[in-house]
Amino acid sequence: MSTNVLRVSDITMQFGGVVAVDNLSLEVNEGEIVALIGPNGAGKTTAFNCITGVYEPSNGAVSFYGKELVESYPHGKMKKLYKGENVGKYTKRLVPTPDKITKEGIARTFQNIRLFSTMTVFENVLIAKHMRAKQNLLTATFRLNHAEEARMRAETLELLKMQHLDHLRDEIAGSLPYGIQRRLEIARALATNPKLLLLDEPAAGMNPQETQELADFIRQIRDEYKLTIFIIEHHMDLVMRISDRVYVLDFGKLLAHGTPEEVQNNPHVIEAYLGVSQDA
Amino acid sequence: MSKKKSMTISAILFLALIVIIVVLERMLPPTHIALAVLKKGCIYSLVAVSMNLLNGFTGLFSLGQAGFMLIGAYAYAVLTIPVADRASVYMYFDGGIIQFSVPVFVGLLASGLLAALCAWLIGLPVLRLKSDYLAIATLGFAEIIRAFFQWDKLGVVTNGSNMLRKYPTFSTTLFPFLVSAACIGVMVLMINSSYGRAFKAIRDDEIAAEAMGINLAKHKRMAFCVSSFFAGVGGGLLAMYQTSIQAMTFKSSMTYEILLIVVIGGLGSVTGSCLASFLFIASSEWWLRFLDTEMTIGGFKVPLLRSGFRKVVFSVIIMVIVLFARRGIMGDREFSVDGICRFFKNLGKKKEVKQ
Repeated sequence: MSTNVLRVSDITMQFGGVVAVDNLSLEVNEGEIVALIGPNGAGKTTAFNCITGVYEPSNGAVSFYGKELVESYPHGKMKKLYKGENVGKYTKRLVPTPDKITKEGIARTFQNIRLFSTMTVFENVLIAKHMRAKQNLLTATFRLNHAEEARMRAETLELLKMQHLDHLRDEIAGSLPYGIQRRLEIARALATNPKLLLLDEPAAGMNPQETQELADFIRQIRDEYKLTIFIIEHHMDLVMRISDRVYVLDFGKLLAHGTPEEVQNNPHVIEAYLGVSQDA
Repeated sequence: MSKKKSMTISAILFLALIVIIVVLERMLPPTHIALAVLKKGCIYSLVAVSMNLLNGFTGLFSLGQAGFMLIGAYAYAVLTIPVADRASVYMYFDGGIIQFSVPVFVGLLASGLLAALCAWLIGLPVLRLKSDYLAIATLGFAEIIRAFFQWDKLGVVTNGSNMLRKYPTFSTTLFPFLVSAACIGVMVLMINSSYGRAFKAIRDDEIAAEAMGINLAKHKRMAFCVSSFFAGVGGGLLAMYQTSIQAMTFKSSMTYEILLIVVIGGLGSVTGSCLASFLFIASSEWWLRFLDTEMTIGGFKVPLLRSGFRKVVFSVIIMVIVLFARRGIMGDREFSVDGICRFFKNLGKKKEVKQ
């Protein structure tokens, strides 16, 4: 039995009267590649945002390597509005900002690429080293931290070399081709030294050839960096090829979960998702 | 070109500037408008770069600069008026309650620190806001500060709505030049450090910056305080330049002037801000002055020239810049020795191709 990395317990996210994620519980174990799939608007990205601190969930908890990371319960206006289950099960409010979660070792990429578009490729990756640096404003300004700065730069260059992006290091990130921007975003996430990597639709807009390469790439970084990967994806062939387990979300609710084969043959899933999908 | 070589050339250029300033001061009469433009240009450069740090590099649209300059100017003036002169300055308030004075540099440092402290306090609630809302809140703060400093009850410190004067000032152009250069140098160092990169990341994409582990609240507050610190020092220098100050001078139009300089110079360009400061001050105080006086050439009275016409022309120039050169003079590029060398090399190449 491998170690449990991420445990999402009873997460409900309600915006006003709309329940985007309804009582979602899932687990990701060390070294796994787990996929979260579902039709458009099923609440996949919202679930990611609850895990990474972008949203405060209306109810529920998230833990990482057994450590409690996020916990919340309906409060304020939500007390009256709340339609979900498990009222009273969670009584603490622990809502770290996204940067704290990244520091814990959860890195993510975004569905619509979010690079620092006016900065160079090198700087984009170098930013990730900022949070773990021991410098302060004065030592950084007056260059008293040159040893640390040099180390940060060396690490960044090494990462770029490993990701075969070093020949582009001085290019402006916003001017790169789409595919390379995707790769750069993943490289940038890797630079934060994560234990868990959340990928939000990494294959969006890619052709079958590129998707195939991406699948190999994801497996490769998992092995190289000893990562656990949690991925949202629409491309069913990618999901079926790389994931160890699949969770299916529909209208915010967990519809099914299991190995790719089990999910593929689940009648509910076929009805809700695969039956109408172009990919299936 | 090697880094060392370009550093040497930059240092030589800097020394050359100092020499030019010294020579100009020797040659021109002390009241010549060019010297006034240089002095004020130096001070505005400092304030413009501090505003650019916030608006151009961190992406926080703040309009509180005049407020922080006012705090700096008052802190400097209040702390440095010689004890012997306090009775005459604070004539309506029995000489005021502060009965000590500090040296010039301590005064300037204090003006920066006080402005930064106020920025920290005001930043706690205000920095939660974004874009236009932040601009409105900081503008409001600047206006409140201006009214606050004119309050009668504070007269024992601020002299109410009366002037503060008789504090030490500077007579050479070199003083504001060196102080501004040092401050701008520190800001450039900061912009090129890891923190500067973090600020730019926040400007480019807040959500991604946070996902990269950058603490938004902390870094925004940092940029806000540093920017206000240097605006405060700039305010202190402005007080020295004007030889007497009054809260009335620090109206929101002053913030707009500085914002204009930043936009004309290019958001995100330090050298652009400096260049634009001198251009702005020179045109508003010197080069466009002729538009305000009636002129007759050979018995023909030139139309439109009358008092106030300068402002019309000025506004038109600004509109043209905003319409046709939205990124300003420099965009987000910097003026550097390397860049000039490259420019001339390319120019040479182009000529060769033509031949």
